[in-house]
Amino acid sequence: MSAAVVAAARATASSRSGHSLKKTDKHSHRTALLMLLPAGVLMITFLLIPIGLTFVLAFTNARLISPEPAKFIGVGNFTRLFENATFWKSLGNTVLFAVVIVPIQSAVALALAVLINTRMRGVNFFRTVYFLPVVTSMVVVSMLWMFMYQPNGLINALLAKVGIQGPDWLGDPHWALLALILMSIWQACGFHMVIWLSGLQTIPGELYEAASLDGASRWQQFAYVTWPGLRQTAIFILITITIAAFSLFTQVNIMTQGGPLDSTSTVVFMAVRTGFQQQQTGYASAISLVFFVIVLAVSLIQRYLTRDKEAGR
Amino acid sequence: MPKRTAKLVLATLVAATLPFTLAACSKGGTSSSSATSGGTQTLTMWTHNAGNKAELAAIQQIVTDYNASQTSYKVDVQAFPQDSYNQSVVAAAAAKKLPCILDTDGPNVSNWAWAGYLAPLDGMDDILSKFMPSVLGKWNGKTYSYGYYDVALNMMTRKSTLQKYGIRIPTIDSPWTSDEFTAALTKIRDSGAYKIPFDLQTGNTGEWWPYAYSPLLQSFGGDLINRTDYKSAQGTLNGPEALAWAKWFRGLVTNKLIPLKSSAAPDKDFLNGNTAIIYNGSWGAADATKKFGDDMLFLPPVDFGKGPKIGGGSWQWGVSAGCSNKQGALDYMKFAAADKYVAAVAVATNLIPATDAAAAMVPGFEAGGANDIFRQYAKKYAVLRPPTPGYTFIATEFTKTAQDILNGADPQQALDTAVKNIDANQASNNYFQ
Repeated sequence: MSAAVVAAARATASSRSGHSLKKTDKHSHRTALLMLLPAGVLMITFLLIPIGLTFVLAFTNARLISPEPAKFIGVGNFTRLFENATFWKSLGNTVLFAVVIVPIQSAVALALAVLINTRMRGVNFFRTVYFLPVVTSMVVVSMLWMFMYQPNGLINALLAKVGIQGPDWLGDPHWALLALILMSIWQACGFHMVIWLSGLQTIPGELYEAASLDGASRWQQFAYVTWPGLRQTAIFILITITIAAFSLFTQVNIMTQGGPLDSTSTVVFMAVRTGFQQQQTGYASAISLVFFVIVLAVSLIQRYLTRDKEAGR
Repeated sequence: MPKRTAKLVLATLVAATLPFTLAACSKGGTSSSSATSGGTQTLTMWTHNAGNKAELAAIQQIVTDYNASQTSYKVDVQAFPQDSYNQSVVAAAAAKKLPCILDTDGPNVSNWAWAGYLAPLDGMDDILSKFMPSVLGKWNGKTYSYGYYDVALNMMTRKSTLQKYGIRIPTIDSPWTSDEFTAALTKIRDSGAYKIPFDLQTGNTGEWWPYAYSPLLQSFGGDLINRTDYKSAQGTLNGPEALAWAKWFRGLVTNKLIPLKSSAAPDKDFLNGNTAIIYNGSWGAADATKKFGDDMLFLPPVDFGKGPKIGGGSWQWGVSAGCSNKQGALDYMKFAAADKYVAAVAVATNLIPATDAAAAMVPGFEAGGANDIFRQYAKKYAVLRPPTPGYTFIATEFTKTAQDILNGADPQQALDTAVKNIDANQASNNYFQ
């Protein structure tokens, strides 16, 4: 998201340089650059340089701890990576996680937003409650859900009340990823609910009045007034959820450590484990590079698809 | 107006960055060893003990005594929380800002020695010959660290439990055999009296897995790596002995003798009477004795063929290779190796004192004392985790492999993958020559 901010800043800067530069303009131009400096320095040191380093390190055998300097080893890291079963499993898990979570989480968030977008007493209470998980640290949420997911934890106790024998959520390879998906949706949907809500409130009330005068039902109002009015919000939500889903790490690291049997391992988790626990900086850089390419490709595809729709409108 | 804005922004920026640069300066001042007025040299010392008051106090006492005993050097203790300690050391090493004296977890010693973090403890051979071998950090024939204590894994259970099911109480000379142990667990399981017949504490994470479970593998006759040249794990980690271990390990779960994943507080399960037998370190002895008194038994681990084995090596002290005043650091190390300090730290931690003379000073660890049995286990059964710089990698591979096996992965395939990865790592580092 910060990259988008910089791009926007650049866009305004370049549009301004098109004008004839008056004296005051020159000064304000300098001020703008000066104000950009702190963010620029931080971005370069903590984003651009590390990304650049990743490109270089991925082709070396650099180690976290080693008395010997790193050596250039060509594409060795990549051939090793593509032969690694855990990598393909992690990639599969990451894609599955994203494919499931993007539609469900945005739909749940939209439903919540529509529910609380009413003038009713106590609606602020529900807004707060739905948003509460978002302001809670993911680490805390993961710890709490870990207890709830235990074989004799809260969730299975509730299931037992209705006569269902719950599985060992985090211990069973068939259920662990689903368990992570459920808790991730619960944690993050409040954030997207707020964004949907802001989108809903930009839709003028007259449209609904007109629609109801025309005799449109509640569903027709949603389908023909609300949904078209939310197109821009929908694009934003689609892209942010997708990126967040691909970078799944915290929950995995705390709740399952990638297990059981790699059923919850993700690409980012694998990169962190390889780079820090196993101290293979070069190999981890190669994983990060592959991840970078995948996320870039997905973002570009999404951008292309959504831009097409805008033009067609 | 804009010019003034520009100046204002610039001034704000300078003001904002100033504290950082100042902080950097003051940080730079506390380098590993620095001379102060009056000719006293300061030696910085790092420890992982910030969260462990008793042990930290014992270490502080040694330092206070040392600082009072002479005027040439002054040791300055800086304590870190254990969770972030290793990262701090690695980061400090990268920035060439390691302290003169630091503690390390035993299995990391060879990795840090190879990486050039640690310097050999020259001229201390006489003093260190009195220490148990399992508390010394050795690599390539040199000693890099010594520890005050060790820990002994054992089978904690109650006399009344074993008697109820007619199970023989094993001794150090005649431990349980594999068949005997399985029969005992089956009997306990079938009785239904215990929710958990046997607890291997599989819910623990991190170093616990190689520390606790690689001795079981070694008792079967396998190992983490071939120890003749530390080049390959082929045949040792995926041979028939290792396969037998893997099948037994998974069998515990399929036969419902252990829980697939232990609870968050397995020692509490034992103290509450839910667990019949728990595989635990001697650190749990004090609580268990308090609860069950004379009924408590601390039994030797099972003999799966090559005798019972337990992991050796806990936290140890060393001198950094970059220390600008090695003479002073070694002087402290010699001073701090005195038996009375070994005893003091062992009392504070309730762990096994590293020297015979110290053991005689610690209540319970004197010959025939209640805790003497742990010292005997440590002396008789302890196997060090392989002293190769590749150990840190081996540990992560073994942990993942053991977890996969426990969860039902094909044992031979899982072990073969681990061997492949370990061998590749050893080779890519040129076998740490």
